[in-house]
Amino acid sequence: MFIQVNGKKDEVPESLHTIADLLSHYGLDKKVVIVEQNGVIIDKTTHSETLLTADDQLEFVHFVGGG
Amino acid sequence: MKDSLVIGGVELSSRLFIGTGKYADHHQMKEAITTSESQVVTVALRRVDMDSEADNIVNDIPDHVTLMPNTSGARTADEAIRIARLAKASGMGNWIKIEVISDSKYLLPDNQETVKATEVLAKEGFIVLPYMSPDLMAAKQMEQAGASAIMPLGAPIGSNKGIRMKEMIQIMIDEIKVPIVVDAGIGKPSEAAEAMEMGADAVLVNTAIATADDPINMAHAFNLAVRSGRLGYLSGLGPISKKAHASSPLTGFLG
Amino acid sequence: MSFYTKLKEINTLSFDELFENVTNRDVEKVLKKDRLSEQDFMTLLSPAAENYLEEMAQKSHEITTQHFGKTMQLFLPLYLSDYCVNTCKYCSFSVDNDFPRRRLSMEEIEQEAKIIADMGIKHIILLSGESRMHSSNAYLKESLKVLKKYFSSIGLEIQPLDTEEYQELVDHGIDGLTVYQEVYNEEIYAGIHTKGPKRDFKYRLDTPERGAFAGMRSVNIAALLGLDDWRKESFITGLHAAYLQDNYLETEVGVSFPRIRPNAGDFQPKVDVTDKNLVQALLASRLFLPRSGITISTRETPEFRDQLIPLGVTKMSAASSTVVGGYTEPDATQSQFEISDERSVKEVKELLLAKGYQPVMKDWHILS
Repeated sequence: MFIQVNGKKDEVPESLHTIADLLSHYGLDKKVVIVEQNGVIIDKTTHSETLLTADDQLEFVHFVGGG
Repeated sequence: MKDSLVIGGVELSSRLFIGTGKYADHHQMKEAITTSESQVVTVALRRVDMDSEADNIVNDIPDHVTLMPNTSGARTADEAIRIARLAKASGMGNWIKIEVISDSKYLLPDNQETVKATEVLAKEGFIVLPYMSPDLMAAKQMEQAGASAIMPLGAPIGSNKGIRMKEMIQIMIDEIKVPIVVDAGIGKPSEAAEAMEMGADAVLVNTAIATADDPINMAHAFNLAVRSGRLGYLSGLGPISKKAHASSPLTGFLG
Repeated sequence: MSFYTKLKEINTLSFDELFENVTNRDVEKVLKKDRLSEQDFMTLLSPAAENYLEEMAQKSHEITTQHFGKTMQLFLPLYLSDYCVNTCKYCSFSVDNDFPRRRLSMEEIEQEAKIIADMGIKHIILLSGESRMHSSNAYLKESLKVLKKYFSSIGLEIQPLDTEEYQELVDHGIDGLTVYQEVYNEEIYAGIHTKGPKRDFKYRLDTPERGAFAGMRSVNIAALLGLDDWRKESFITGLHAAYLQDNYLETEVGVSFPRIRPNAGDFQPKVDVTDKNLVQALLASRLFLPRSGITISTRETPEFRDQLIPLGVTKMSAASSTVVGGYTEPDATQSQFEISDERSVKEVKELLLAKGYQPVMKDWHILS
């Protein structure tokens, strides 16, 4: 299925069902990444319950150095 | 002597907060956090770059340290609120440094938008530390809006000019009940000590440490300066004698 | 929020001991400081500080001049009514004192206003005994219609009101509130306020705060010196003023130092407050509260008032009458207390000018 991640279109396997699946697909599962799905912030604790659907608009953000 | 600072229910024995920006690498940053003995560390929030290996700064910040994400990049209260909510969704705590900057020339904070964001986020249960231009009325409004501490700038961000806003900050220290953390502008350890001698509750330093030739030792130097300034403040600085001037007696009539 | 919480805290202090323990060195240290803590304020009210009154006076003069310039605001009290529902043992208006009571009609108010305005005075304070029936908001609003024609600032010194009532009066042109706690010692307070709504200590204590909240431009507080230890009472008054300043930045907070005067009742002061004591209270308060207004009343003699001018005073009344209708017909009825300074406005103005002070008759004008 096609989804949009950080403004870019990407094709991911149909076998990905949840946000948690998607994060491990991108190799981000071991990292602190915050996900916004279609404008809704997904709390870290619900990543594995939140379902992924085709045409989802996703934003991945993370912490970087800052003052 | 026990002298701890409590913000948002967290008891801090170090009054030096440090930023994590502008370091050469994570290893250097991690070492600097260690030598600074800081217990509050700021980070920023950015989109993940999907084309390169994701940064993972959080792994290099010791667990006992309170993470204080900032809302850098926000130009309005609404943007700051969105960034704060994103930061909270990480599960890394509920501290937030509100930073709303719409001036790209001097990077000065927008106090009005900051007050708005403070009010919304404090109501949502965040521990809010607004970064602001020193102004008593704005500080009072932030305090009233639920800020847990107020962070006036000492000089424009990244300028290393020292505490140019001294009088205004002093007034805030005297009048505001929540802790005052001097943020931005501190370029030297002596300036951090100066802020502490004035009675500030803490200071936040980033550029001066991260861009020093030896950031790890500079972090240590700031650690000592902040402790020294605080101890000086607590010990009661000797008053500065004014020049004596003779004038006619005013109370002679009392006999 | 209420100052009452702070007052409870203050009451746990052992004042006698704290005042006695102050040394000369402590006072000297405080005199070198720019900003005074509550403890520093206490130091300056101590017996030890009596040795430093001249130093305190010099400093007080300097910072008052720095903040206010060499100016003195003049105002007059206008007594509207002497009906009162309270028994205050020290006051001639007490409900128990039998004398013909009187309330000015609108025509009489206009008459008084004209006389005061002719003296050049633009700031007045409306006074009455405490009676919601006689000095009601309806009556006051009527009075304001008349008075606004003559004065640019009209303050109030009547029975304490609720916030909404103050808001209503502010909307109709009142800009200042004077309310004296009389005494901050709750026990003594209960002992001398034996009848009437004034018995509610806390309601009175919160009155200046309600006024500030309602938008009064200035709020003036005081303890009636002589009812309890003046050092302690002055300390609490200063802290009360600081509390109001901290919480209501837009309000100008002032303090006064009324000493209890002989009056028609048989009550006489419990504690003797000497001239020297009053000067010390005034100076310590000025140093603790560099920006607050300080009023000195006509209860004091002309000679003493003249000496106080350079010490930190910013407001004084002149040619005061404490009698209802007293400007129109002097010696009319019962005065609230005896005044000691009976000089005319002209005399007071001349005196101020001679001392290098500018008499200020009008400081602002509310546009409505």
